[in-house]
Amino acid sequence: MLTLERVNSGYGRAQVLRDLSLTVEAGEILCLLGRNGAGKTTTMKTIMGLLPLMSGRVMLDGEEVSALAKHDVARAGIGYIPQGRRLFTGLTVAQNLEIGMQARRSAPEVLDEVLDLFPRLRERMGQRAQTLSGGEQQMLATARALCLRPKALLLDEPTEGLQPSMIAAIRDVIVKMRAQGVAILLVEQRVDAVLSVADRVMFIENGRGGDVMSAEALRADHSVIDRYIGV
Amino acid sequence: MELGPYLLLATLEGAVMASVLALTAVGLSLVFGVMRVVNIAHGEFYMLGAVFAWYIAHWMGGHPALGFAVALVVAPLVVGAIAVAADMTILKRVSYDPERTIVATIGLLYIIQQLTLMGYGPEARPVAPPFNTRLALPWFEFKDGALSMYWPWGLSTTSYKLAVIGAAIVVLLGVWAMMARTRIGLLMRATQQDRDMAQAFGIPVERVYALVFGIGAGLAALAAVLIVPIQQAHYLMGADPLLLAFIVVIIGGLGSLPGTVVAAILIGLSDGIISVFFSPTLAKILATLLVALVLVFRPQGLFGARRS
Repeated sequence: MLTLERVNSGYGRAQVLRDLSLTVEAGEILCLLGRNGAGKTTTMKTIMGLLPLMSGRVMLDGEEVSALAKHDVARAGIGYIPQGRRLFTGLTVAQNLEIGMQARRSAPEVLDEVLDLFPRLRERMGQRAQTLSGGEQQMLATARALCLRPKALLLDEPTEGLQPSMIAAIRDVIVKMRAQGVAILLVEQRVDAVLSVADRVMFIENGRGGDVMSAEALRADHSVIDRYIGV
Repeated sequence: MELGPYLLLATLEGAVMASVLALTAVGLSLVFGVMRVVNIAHGEFYMLGAVFAWYIAHWMGGHPALGFAVALVVAPLVVGAIAVAADMTILKRVSYDPERTIVATIGLLYIIQQLTLMGYGPEARPVAPPFNTRLALPWFEFKDGALSMYWPWGLSTTSYKLAVIGAAIVVLLGVWAMMARTRIGLLMRATQQDRDMAQAFGIPVERVYALVFGIGAGLAALAAVLIVPIQQAHYLMGADPLLLAFIVVIIGGLGSLPGTVVAAILIGLSDGIISVFFSPTLAKILATLLVALVLVFRPQGLFGARRS
């Protein structure tokens, strides 16, 4: 579904990703694991077209999204839940969701489906995003991306700084999306959280792709994780 | 004549100035707020509005109201289109970098000014107001212990000046409605808050920028069309509005539209009143002093949000 082919990219002249290739199938959760600065967030920004590609291609469902204009990446069907949430904080919950709805001109019933996943947001529609609690903000960031009814979903540390009940709520939604056939690329620091939800894990080191293993195999053998993450 | 009627007269003159200033400054504030571009050429878009208004009124002939009505619609549209072209050919090329856009818009200022000098010439030319009835204003006095009304000699305004104030209020309400109530306004506000995320959610940021730059310039041009029956069109007339618009935008809070309007009323009225009672130079001195005080004690402006 979502494929990166020998992608090179970075910030200005500072190259971060080097010949990175990966594939996420529909209905699969692929987790990127790596140290700080390994290029996990850079991978996501590159897919979204927020960083220029030096070479390589990003494909979604047979379409070359890296050849599209920046604002057409979302229209192709990629929902992005960035690190730190990055909501439109001065806008209301309803307006944030409207931004998600307009990206692919989603049908009105999509909003109802999304709000059924996050009933708490329904009570807060008129509230400004900056007045929400951390967990509610993460719900809103997730809901905003789901309003696109995406083919692929990028989640960058969605559980960072959240209380356990919120983490569980977010995880339930991720699993539900997988069941609906969405290709999910997840960046997560907490290894236990990764292993409980991911289908496959790809390690990334100095902007290069490392081993790709099934989560099952990793649960049995932790040594690879220690080698890449090194605690 | 006593003090009261003078004060009323000065307030009315100040209100006309505040109206025109509010339109100009809201255009500048919109461009800065959404695009983070400090548009030094804003005063030249104002000037172009006045010059086009003269050309249109001149070519149309006939009743002054006809030419003026056409100018009121066409001049802002033409100036807006020029601004959109400038955005796409210049500002987009320098990636909206804050420093480079300042230099680029300084260049644009000189290009527009010199082209106008070459084409339109150095003369100041008037545009006839569409209507200009003199309206005498009443004042009150105590006579034999009762309040009575009389018409002091010289206390008057014109129907056109009142129409300028009314038109400015209507346009400002329109801008507010566009930002708060329409889809394009929502896209503009989202772009203002987080350009990258706006792009990641399918908002064509470059098209939004071009539109905002066009609307900003169009507002300046509209302000100039309204003022040109009072002030005449001249190729150097953009300097004063630019300076005052910057003063207003800084006092009101960069990018805050309500703050900009409040500051425009404050500066416009005080300028009108101080100019009548003391001197126009003192009015400018006080306005500049107010900017300095705001920058020292409240750098985010009266209505601006503190940046984290």
